[in-house]
Amino acid sequence: MALLELKSVSRHFGGVRAVDGLDLVIEPGQIFGLIGPNGSGKSTTVNLITGLFPLTSGSIVFQNEDLEKLPTHLRLQTGIARTFQNIRLFGQLTAWQNLWVAQNSPADWAKRGFFSRWLGGQSGVREEISQLLEFSGLAHRQDELAANLAFGEQRRLELARALATRPKLILLDEPAAGMNTEEIGQLRERILKIRAQGTTVLLVEHVMELVMGVTDRIAVLNFGQKIAEGTPVEVQADAAVRKAYLGGGE
Amino acid sequence: MDFYFGLAQIIGVHTLLGLSAYIVLLTGQVSMAQAGFFAVGAYAAGMLTVLAGWAILPALAASSLLGAAVACAVGFPALRVKGLMLVIATLAFGEAVRLFFFNFDYQVARGGVKLGPLGGEGFRQIRYFPENGWTTMQVMLFIWIFVVLVMAILWWLDRSRYGAVLRAVGEDELAAQSVGINLTAVKVSAMTIGGAIAGLGGGIYAHYTTHIEHASFGILLATFALAYPILGGLGSVFGTVVAAIFVQGFLVEGLRFLGDWRNLLFGALIVLAMNLRPKGFLDAPTLRWIRRVFGGKRGAA
Ligand SMILES: Nc1ncnc2c1ncn2[C@@H]1O[C@H](COP(=O)(O)OP(=O)(O)O)[C@@H](O)[C@H]1O
Ligand SMILES: [Mg+2]
Repeated sequence: MALLELKSVSRHFGGVRAVDGLDLVIEPGQIFGLIGPNGSGKSTTVNLITGLFPLTSGSIVFQNEDLEKLPTHLRLQTGIARTFQNIRLFGQLTAWQNLWVAQNSPADWAKRGFFSRWLGGQSGVREEISQLLEFSGLAHRQDELAANLAFGEQRRLELARALATRPKLILLDEPAAGMNTEEIGQLRERILKIRAQGTTVLLVEHVMELVMGVTDRIAVLNFGQKIAEGTPVEVQADAAVRKAYLGGGE
Repeated sequence: MDFYFGLAQIIGVHTLLGLSAYIVLLTGQVSMAQAGFFAVGAYAAGMLTVLAGWAILPALAASSLLGAAVACAVGFPALRVKGLMLVIATLAFGEAVRLFFFNFDYQVARGGVKLGPLGGEGFRQIRYFPENGWTTMQVMLFIWIFVVLVMAILWWLDRSRYGAVLRAVGEDELAAQSVGINLTAVKVSAMTIGGAIAGLGGGIYAHYTTHIEHASFGILLATFALAYPILGGLGSVFGTVVAAIFVQGFLVEGLRFLGDWRNLLFGALIVLAMNLRPKGFLDAPTLRWIRRVFGGKRGAA
């Protein structure tokens, strides 16, 4: 049974068909790649899944539940988390606090009870925050304001913040943008570990070495439409994809 | 000496007003409604002690609750709009409250005299403190007990997870939603707490001045409410009290000989301060410095 299903999803901005009749099926446990030239509708797809704006038409089903009526914060509580293409941290909070405010999953709520959910509640969650900071290589930076972190650290913190919501599905919007080869290697390891812990991954990415190496399945967008889908090997061999990337330009 | 006690009373009440705006500002909302909640609290508490014969503490509790209820009711529709539109919506609310009290008559005969709000004439003879023989110093101390109490509660809230969530919403609503934060719940609750503080401050104000009228609760008061946390900075509650002392103690009282020119100076000061210290007198680096010098504690920011 599919974890997430997009059924002929469209989103138009005025005359621009940012996403145009997109069908997508993501199975639990997959690392699913979404690629395509700039402006092909990848970020819009992520925004639609998290509910930042309504669909023009179509529907999105997550774990058999139609997401249409759910506002963004409730979609998170069903288990969908994301990172942003342009990092959006809480700059004046510390790295530690950035993870603290993200612990909104039903499991964390149940653990804390009403008052400590809102007010105190450091004790039950400290350990998980420490683990996540450790996982992201940020343990030594926990008291630093997010705004003062280096670019690569900010990207890692944003990923950790998404994980702090205990997602079943995590949407990563170009997580490797601006990273060097070594950092991309570390990111690759992290993505594999995230999947190993049972979280499904939708990876939007430009960096081909990462997408091709880590994904189980890839869909290719061009002008809001899916032009190909398959395993990395199949997609690389696809004529339409080659044309979109070589002819369509970046 | 009474002059200084009186000044301390004014500063105390204005600090409460500033704190009511402080918590709302943390969520990134610029509210001009705080003077309205303050007015509601002032009239409610005054009517309870004068007309209903309540003691001061239950009257203040009631004015605080009423302020919270009104703020909560205003919060739901008002917080759907943002930025400048929110300023205008809350300003309109504040003016509506003022006009309501301009037209509000509710007088009851007590021992041969008619007491209670009388429209444009205002509400005179809120004489709970003099009737019960409180000295100016006692009233001043009474006020500052509340100021310290509210500051302590807000300081603690600020350090709780709720405080971090407020600041997260203030920084980036989109990111906050995306990590599962319910924007409406956060903004309306902050507004409600702010309304409770403003209602309390208004209730106290009515009793130490003994005479309130609609004109005191206009745009100038709403501007003061915002000016304290903005001048003082949103780093902690202490900025607000420092700014209230500076504005009321120095600008308004100390420069009284300048007459209405003070208001001009006040405007110029805000412009200057926002340019020189965009994050307020007590911004985060200054607070860290103070902590380092006086606390010796690790600057956890
Ligand atoms: N909020 C928006 N308002 C108007 N147009 C938008 C908006 N978001 C995206 N678009 C347009 O939709 C198209 C797809 O953009 P996007 O999804 O960001 O592409 P990608 O992430 O694949 O680079 C672009 O033409 C872009 O200009
Ligand atoms: Mg994009």
